[in-house]
Amino acid sequence: MAVVARDSEPGAAAGASRPAAASRLMASMAGLDWLAKIWWTCLSISLFAGLWELCWALGWADEKLLPPPHIFLSNIAEQGRYFNTATRWQVGQSMTEGPSAFESVLITGAATTARVFVGLILASVLAIGVGVLVRYYRFFDRLVLPTITLLSPVSPIAWLPVAIFLFGIGNAPAIFMVVVALFFHMVLATINQIDTVNTNLINVARTMGASKAQIYARVIVPAILPGMLQVLRMNLFGAWMVVLVAESTGVGYGMGQVIMLARNTFNPSLVFFTIAVIGVLGFTFDWLLRLAQRRILYWLPDTAERLRVL
Amino acid sequence: MSSEGAPHFSSRDAVVCRGVGKTWAAGTKRAHNALTDIDLDVAPGEFVVFLGPSGCGKSTLLYLIAGLEDATEGQLWSFGDLVETPSPQRSLIFQETSLFPWLTVWENVSFGLSIRGASKEERRTVAAEALQRVGLKAAMDKRPDELSGGMRQRVAVARALAMRPKVLLMDEPFAALDVQTRARMQDFLLDVWRDSGASVLFVTHHIDEAVALADRVVVFTSRPGRIKTIVPIDMPRPRNLFSREAETLRIQLTDLLRDEVDRAFAEQEALTATA
Repeated sequence: MAVVARDSEPGAAAGASRPAAASRLMASMAGLDWLAKIWWTCLSISLFAGLWELCWALGWADEKLLPPPHIFLSNIAEQGRYFNTATRWQVGQSMTEGPSAFESVLITGAATTARVFVGLILASVLAIGVGVLVRYYRFFDRLVLPTITLLSPVSPIAWLPVAIFLFGIGNAPAIFMVVVALFFHMVLATINQIDTVNTNLINVARTMGASKAQIYARVIVPAILPGMLQVLRMNLFGAWMVVLVAESTGVGYGMGQVIMLARNTFNPSLVFFTIAVIGVLGFTFDWLLRLAQRRILYWLPDTAERLRVL
Repeated sequence: MSSEGAPHFSSRDAVVCRGVGKTWAAGTKRAHNALTDIDLDVAPGEFVVFLGPSGCGKSTLLYLIAGLEDATEGQLWSFGDLVETPSPQRSLIFQETSLFPWLTVWENVSFGLSIRGASKEERRTVAAEALQRVGLKAAMDKRPDELSGGMRQRVAVARALAMRPKVLLMDEPFAALDVQTRARMQDFLLDVWRDSGASVLFVTHHIDEAVALADRVVVFTSRPGRIKTIVPIDMPRPRNLFSREAETLRIQLTDLLRDEVDRAFAEQEALTATA
């Protein structure tokens, strides 16, 4: 083993110092990196808002139809009255009583976010489960996959009446809408992810005597996780879109209901204010998901830098 | 190579192939015969190198011996047992890294034991021992992406050794490494082979590698893969690869391969001409 011993010393030393140096560098950069990200995010939003304000200043954007940010953000208290209207009605409060404007926005936002979250979790669990089963049992594949492919292109709007027939009014139809809008695509995405797992990894497990169930649990599921989280992130935005459709048809309260209220009362300021709130919620949700992704997928290198050199 | 017609059911050889062949996508329009008429005996503890042009079916034969694919002709035995499924006795090491990126080095090495439900202490002990043998015990708790290509392949070797295999199957394991690392890895592999006492079946298209490693070099013809000839190498180890003897062998093997590569090229040109 003379050769091995000679080889191992510098090899192990290099292995130890390289990541250590890299992580030290990362740590010193991390603070700046974080600030820079916030700076660029603010700049990006300001640029968009600035263009809008410019159009308003030049008289191209009519403030009654396209009120710029400084107008629709100026009277939050006024806008807030329209949020959470359903619960006001439930507890018999008038428009001037009950939670403050800010609280109302929070309650409504939280309700919508909760529906998105529950729907997304349900859809993911069901889709990954069904996707794995499709590949695991040939019989299940033949029996179920044609129907899933058939239902996959159906627009969520088409499911809306079904949601109401089945679940009436409340949280359930909104969650159902989110699940049904995401489920079929996510099943197909799961199957695609399973099909692209590196064959070597599966063969290694096979030569070590792993059973089919062990190969699925120990190799295929961890191997598809990175791709599945990416799919989940893409579908997060889909979920936000669908939940508004569901809420606009009288789930009770929620961002979608506020948008409909704004439409019916011809209140562009309220429309844009609600859009802004939805944007902030969706952005935050995506950010949290990316954080979770980095935690769960600790083994993946950061590949975003790859294209920067071009 | 044995020339008797009767199948050696009683043979205790590490690998016995009789009339082995493989047709991919058999029975369809895309069917193509990758490998045919392979008779081969590998003694326990022997180091055999499969040498041949790309696409000659030498990797296919390795997969058949591993039990990962079924032969469409003939039969294979290992230590007297018919090869039907993969077995931990016959470990396969791939060209690309095949480590599980979500597991640490030691968890990778002890993956086979965890399949059998071994306790964590036992797995760590076995992993430490196997990693010691490849000189990477210090890297136990690292992740595969923190290692260099050569180190990753050593971990893959350690993972195979942890299963105490009687046959090590290696599919161009050093092909992705640079020349210097490759030479080191060859020395390393010879040490591991001597220590473990396992038979090694090693696929390569590098003549230098064959001369450096093999007890016997099995030279393949191009499609469909057949055994063209088997060249024994009697040079004592450690080998002087700059000796006249080594040079003579390299020339001999180059000549043997050249015909096959020429033939493969001619076939490909004929194919593109008709297409």
